[in-house]
Amino acid sequence: MDIERRNNVTVTGNPRGRAVVLAHGFGCDQNMWRLTVPALAEDYRVVLFDYVGAGRSDLSAFSESRYASLDGYARDVVEVCEALDLRDAVFVGHSVSAMIGVLAAGTAPERIGALVMVAPSPRYIDDASYRGGFSAEDIDELLESLESNYLGWSAAMAPVIMGNADRPELGEELTNSFCATDPDMARVFARTTFLSDSRDDLKAVTVPTLILECTQDVIAPREVGAFVHQMIAGSELVTLDATGHCPHLSAPEATNGAITDFLARLR
Amino acid sequence: MCRNGPDPDCGKKSSAPFAALLEDSVEELYENAPCGYLSTLMDGTIAKINATLLDWIGLEADAVVGRMHFTDLLTVGGKLYHETHFAPLLQMRGEISGIALEIKQAGGGRIPVLVSSVVKHGGNGEPLLIRTTVFDARDRRAYEQELLRARRAAEQAHKQAEADRARLQDALAVLQQSLLPATLPSVPGMEAAAHYRTASPDRLGGDFYDLFAIAGDRFAFFLGDVCGKGPQAAAVTSLIRYTLRAAALHDPDPVAALKTLNHVLHERYTGDDPRYCTTIFGTLEPHPTTGEATVRIASGGHPPALVLRADYLPTPGGLLVGVLPTAPFTAATTTLGPGDALVLYTDGLTEARTGEDRTSLYGDEALLEFASSHAGKSAPSVIRALTDLLDDLGDGLDDDTALLALGVPASPPPTRRNA
Repeated sequence: MDIERRNNVTVTGNPRGRAVVLAHGFGCDQNMWRLTVPALAEDYRVVLFDYVGAGRSDLSAFSESRYASLDGYARDVVEVCEALDLRDAVFVGHSVSAMIGVLAAGTAPERIGALVMVAPSPRYIDDASYRGGFSAEDIDELLESLESNYLGWSAAMAPVIMGNADRPELGEELTNSFCATDPDMARVFARTTFLSDSRDDLKAVTVPTLILECTQDVIAPREVGAFVHQMIAGSELVTLDATGHCPHLSAPEATNGAITDFLARLR
Repeated sequence: MCRNGPDPDCGKKSSAPFAALLEDSVEELYENAPCGYLSTLMDGTIAKINATLLDWIGLEADAVVGRMHFTDLLTVGGKLYHETHFAPLLQMRGEISGIALEIKQAGGGRIPVLVSSVVKHGGNGEPLLIRTTVFDARDRRAYEQELLRARRAAEQAHKQAEADRARLQDALAVLQQSLLPATLPSVPGMEAAAHYRTASPDRLGGDFYDLFAIAGDRFAFFLGDVCGKGPQAAAVTSLIRYTLRAAALHDPDPVAALKTLNHVLHERYTGDDPRYCTTIFGTLEPHPTTGEATVRIASGGHPPALVLRADYLPTPGGLLVGVLPTAPFTAATTTLGPGDALVLYTDGLTEARTGEDRTSLYGDEALLEFASSHAGKSAPSVIRALTDLLDDLGDGLDDDTALLALGVPASPPPTRRNA
């Protein structure tokens, strides 16, 4: 199988630099990193990809059973690393991808030598002694929100996502298409993301790890950032002066600065 | 009209009726617009909000402006959607439109809304604030819910239909298997092989064959074709199979067996549902001492058997089985020597469409040619060759095809079976 095509892999930056893999979270695709890539391109080999089911990945490769657990997404990461024969790469994962990176580093330690976790959360749903910020009903509500915004997907979006090279004007019409995903696949990713519990996996992390959190993030509140920091021995926690869940878009300078500072110190 | 008019009062006069309706107040237009309108700082803090939206959420401006973020107005599911889709898109594109969300009301209710936002930039292109309109979408959402429900129901029905279809196919396959021998028995000093394929996986075939031991060292075999397809044909096939098996035990004479079958079919399927078949029934008597085998066959309207050393074994004049109360059947006898094989087939093979445009038929000539080029081959290899031929014919096969080969090996064989 052609993994690079399946995961819509893009390689840019300095071919002689250390590989930095940028992994998008639930919602959109590799375009999320477009303000980050320029900050890394000079010194690093930058690898971008879309998880199967997102962006311009090969939707025919989607399997509900594989992607019903984060391990399935972690296999995407490992397979991309293998396809490019990356060694000792730095994995930068946003949101749920931060945890996917933890799993991938566990199964392929020779491939991933350091982690940057942007707004990570190992568990979104509260339980007795842990506050993730959400109840199970909240997650059901999100699934409903997804549904109501995907009504017209199959008719309007599918041809564009499939890559309709002979009708480029279609892409122009669909202003929201960056984050357009097949509703069934989005539902699977949403369930897998928001119902996952990766708290126990954090202890196993042994590679140098940078955790980036925002001062105000509904999805990954600060107490969750502190939890991740506490569970990963030797990790660094940087609180960015940013609101929302996507500091790489809302506060790109601060985010890029924290990442490049961490990368420079890895050498 | 007031275009290029010389009258300096022209503009005043024509706008006067509108001014009287207070539509000259921008403030009024903003506050009481038929949609919610708010402006937020880039971090989401609400900087300005109109009266319409305040009325919907049931709060005073003092409680909202500078104190709440836009996402505070949303349900939790909406917040998640906002953070994972809405905000990133808005940041990347500078605008986003028509996103379905729900806003919370102070009283605990929710209003489905459609939200559009645009980023206002400063003179140097730096983003200053976000302007957002919020449209009441209660009716629209109810309609969409109906559509969603209908789509889910349709998807569910589709899944159920697929499952039913798969179950039916499994049942059909089991039924089909019951009409054919699971394996062929081993015949001392001989080799036997068979092949069966249906033209369509969801239709029961109407072809049949069998090979079984009767008294002493003798064996009986038959192969045929029931008119029609589907469950009715399968029921007839079942009747034929068990009738011929019983008849062969009672009286192994081939013509007698076909007469019994004719009687049974004619008696069972009369009136407006006549059912009949073509078939060749035969007995096989191996002679271990000479290595030969005597074959006695009778045909009821079936294409002649092939003897792979020479030619067809003609059985002219036999009538379809089950049409007339008494019908003539044609008998023939031959002896298979070492290297000889007898091949029975149904017209699915000879009537397969061939050629580029699938308009010619495979035909008797081609089958004879096949026979002469495969003379001396073992029964299993003949069946393999015919199976390959069927594969090549591909979509030219309209009908089911049954094949049965019985051969005496050229050299004394290990006893082989091949179903």
